[in-house]
Amino acid sequence: MNAPFEGIGASVRRKEDLRFLTGRGHYVDDINRPHQLHAVIARSDRPHARINAINTAAAKAAPGVVAVFTGADLLTAAGAPIGGLPCGWQIHNKDGSPMAEPKHPVLAEGKVRHVGDPIAVVIAETKQQARDGAELLAIELEDLPVVANLHDAVRPDAALVHDSAPGNLCYDWHLGDAEAVAAAFARADRVVSLDLTNNRLIPNAMEPRAAIGDYDPSSGDYTLYTTSQNPHVIRLLMGAFVLGLPEHRLRVVAPDVGGGFGSKIYHYAEEAIVTWAAGKLRRPVKWTAERSESFLSDAHGRDHVSTAEVALDKDGTFLALKVRTLCNMGAYLSTFAPCVPTYLYATLLAGVYKTPAIYAEVKAVFTNTVPVDAYRGAGRPEAAFLLERLVDAVCHDTGLDRIAVRRRNFIPRDAFPYQTPVALQYDSGDYEATLNAALKVSDWAGFEARRAEAAQRGKLRGIGVSTYLEACGIAPSKVVGSLGARAGLYEVANVRVHPTGSVTVFTGTHSHGQGHETTLAQLVCDQLGVPFDQVDIVHGDTAKIPFGMGTYGSRSLAVGGSAMVKAMDKVITKGKKIAAHLLEAAVDDIEFKDGKFTVAGTDRSKTLGEIALTAYVPHNYPIEEIEPGLDETAFYDPANFTFPGGCHVCEVEIDRDTGAVSVVNFTAVDDVGRVVNPMIVEGQVQGGIAQGIGQALLENAAYDSSGQLLSASFMDYTMPRAQDLPNITVATENTMCTHNPLGSKGCGEVGAIGSPPAVINAVVDALRDYDVRHVDMPATAGKIWSIIQSNRPRMAAE
Amino acid sequence: MPQVSLTVNGKHATVEVEGRTLLVELLREKLGLTGTHVGCDTSQCGACVVQVNDISVKSCTMLAVQAEGASVTTIEGLAAADGTLHPMQAMFREHHALQCGFCTPGMVMSAIDLVQSHPEGLTEEAIRHGLEGNLCRCTGYHNIVKAVAAAWPLMHGQTQAAAAE
Repeated sequence: MNAPFEGIGASVRRKEDLRFLTGRGHYVDDINRPHQLHAVIARSDRPHARINAINTAAAKAAPGVVAVFTGADLLTAAGAPIGGLPCGWQIHNKDGSPMAEPKHPVLAEGKVRHVGDPIAVVIAETKQQARDGAELLAIELEDLPVVANLHDAVRPDAALVHDSAPGNLCYDWHLGDAEAVAAAFARADRVVSLDLTNNRLIPNAMEPRAAIGDYDPSSGDYTLYTTSQNPHVIRLLMGAFVLGLPEHRLRVVAPDVGGGFGSKIYHYAEEAIVTWAAGKLRRPVKWTAERSESFLSDAHGRDHVSTAEVALDKDGTFLALKVRTLCNMGAYLSTFAPCVPTYLYATLLAGVYKTPAIYAEVKAVFTNTVPVDAYRGAGRPEAAFLLERLVDAVCHDTGLDRIAVRRRNFIPRDAFPYQTPVALQYDSGDYEATLNAALKVSDWAGFEARRAEAAQRGKLRGIGVSTYLEACGIAPSKVVGSLGARAGLYEVANVRVHPTGSVTVFTGTHSHGQGHETTLAQLVCDQLGVPFDQVDIVHGDTAKIPFGMGTYGSRSLAVGGSAMVKAMDKVITKGKKIAAHLLEAAVDDIEFKDGKFTVAGTDRSKTLGEIALTAYVPHNYPIEEIEPGLDETAFYDPANFTFPGGCHVCEVEIDRDTGAVSVVNFTAVDDVGRVVNPMIVEGQVQGGIAQGIGQALLENAAYDSSGQLLSASFMDYTMPRAQDLPNITVATENTMCTHNPLGSKGCGEVGAIGSPPAVINAVVDALRDYDVRHVDMPATAGKIWSIIQSNRPRMAAE
Repeated sequence: MPQVSLTVNGKHATVEVEGRTLLVELLREKLGLTGTHVGCDTSQCGACVVQVNDISVKSCTMLAVQAEGASVTTIEGLAAADGTLHPMQAMFREHHALQCGFCTPGMVMSAIDLVQSHPEGLTEEAIRHGLEGNLCRCTGYHNIVKAVAAAWPLMHGQTQAAAAE
């Protein structure tokens, strides 16, 4: 019997599932170190206040409490003071000056700036004792005027979140050609504009964040176990900028991580606190967030208000696009926050359209809210929502057909590589193909019959489409460096062929649900011909992996997988030299296929296992020419971003009496490039769509005008549950990425990017008789009910 | 401190706990059964679901002392001694009903109770309704629903082929 096919293209069942399904997963909170202490963070319950006093005496005297530290203790720490949390991306203003970058203290210094801002840490023998101790802290806060939201932040009389950021401005940035856009608007037949809000979201990975600091007094080495998507990045940021620890003294381990969606990219205060305290107290210190803390301390996402205007000719051809966006940074700059509404957003404003001129202005402001950073899609969902809502507004205002306007403006399939007016150069795509497939699979043509049938049941049925694009596979280091990134964004793979021929790959990417242990092993099966069960993928430990930038921006396969291909190429190149020696042939005559080195045109061959054994037991070996061992490392820096895209079609039904919106059909046809494991890709896309439907219909991080987070628990923040979601039909219609060896583009974010506009376009379509042009997210039952009550139907319902 | 005696996954245990200790804390911290997870502090997410006397319970909503004399099954106790997966575990794997794995133990435990308590069969709608106490942020539930539907005939002694007839 032939072995099952387990290479590229096979829906291999996941390696990691066995441990997750039997309770043997190994998440940070599952780890306990000997003699470990427990930390509880005391957080501000005020959005903006001066700290007049912190009396720690009672807490310090409480049973089991070992230490209490405040911001002042960190500033006066023996050795060097503890630095602020660094920001990894610097944006420049229109005038060339750098953005405002106020200090982000590990523990509050003098003021608190958002509900949840950490003030003190109480460390005790047990978690309960630490909790009890924290209750005894006497923190005197004097309230200051609050900047609760974007609109408050830009009022002329607004209070200042940071004295060093006048007008609460972080940056005032722009991209594109303002003059060309103005000229196009001047000659346009028509201008259509739309004001829209991209609602603030809370990522809510199911595993709350956790961190354990450990210190070995004999070696002076520190270990941090943390719920991170990128342990090397945390090591660099915390070691170099916060604690002043050299990398060789600091190990960061991110074991099994229970979802991230961006929120676990960033370096958080608690990581620095437990690591520093472990050194100070010479005992391990563990902190695990309660969900309430997660709501108040994990970076939030989105939170834009925008005005978009498109200039059209009479046929509906886009002549130019003008966008003004105000976006919320929260109270401090999270690690990658500044790049999200700029280079991950405005650069995407061409979308799938050949709009010749684009100009975007983005103002980022500080508010007394939790810091905002990248959440699944990060900037790209905001761009897709704006564009795809704007296209439907064009059709609403002009009466043109939604599909026809999209087709008219598509970048044609023969136009690649295509240079957009907003910096990106797309390498490949076929937007007609994904649109056509989605229209067919969703039976777009048959919709009016379904609308009529629903009307008979008293339901308002609507259909919406989005044709979207994203840029991922983040990212070419030179390019991002020129745009303000303070890091390179290559990826690293170490491929170790063991003497027996089994393989361990050490990857700098990190899996927190994506299934890398399976997908990346399939790459090894495919390229080296090693059976799936003889390949292990190791990730998430700086002591094991040479280096790595981690997982976000749908980069693991396109960038991390490409690094593996490069390292495996090196293995094959070296293997050929060894095989040539053993087979007494010229290196150029050796071919490698299906795990065998063969002298071309002969049946003389050596398996990879035989070559590996020879490499480690080099008795008969060209030792003068090649080193022993079969262990290769590659760094891969991508030549460009990748550009997945596609078409999502959503059908909703609205209950006239309650305003409740149900998604009844959802079809996604995406172009994600080469697919390694179709089962995993489908799951990734469905999961992304679930979050996109959540954003469109349910989720909203709501602050009241006093700066309190109203949606601060799962009772108040509407996470999609099984009943809220439909079955999701996923297909792919792929073109290959032209610049990486796998041809893969990425699939982790497409669902969250393409779906929100498809849902809202369907909702607006369902309300076609109610004179509705736009509905802001989330389209809750209450919001839709109000629209139905206040907008008179344009024609009598049957 | 109070003592609690209970049976967990077929093994008897007697443990001293503070009165305020939750069942999930006893399982994770005293018995080292870290397969049961804590995903929230308001009994909303269901990551901590275990079976207490064969009924699924959010173990963050129950004091450890309330489990006195009870028989508790956690995710660690589902597979057979030889490693053979419970049909629900097997179907979760087959249908890719998990990604990060964090909600999975609670989801599997809830799903088992759901299937066991519906010998008459389960529609897709009933499965979705039955899982409303469990949050998953990764999968969009699509594959979880498929896995539960596929486990039903296996748990009720029917082959999938027979059930489809």
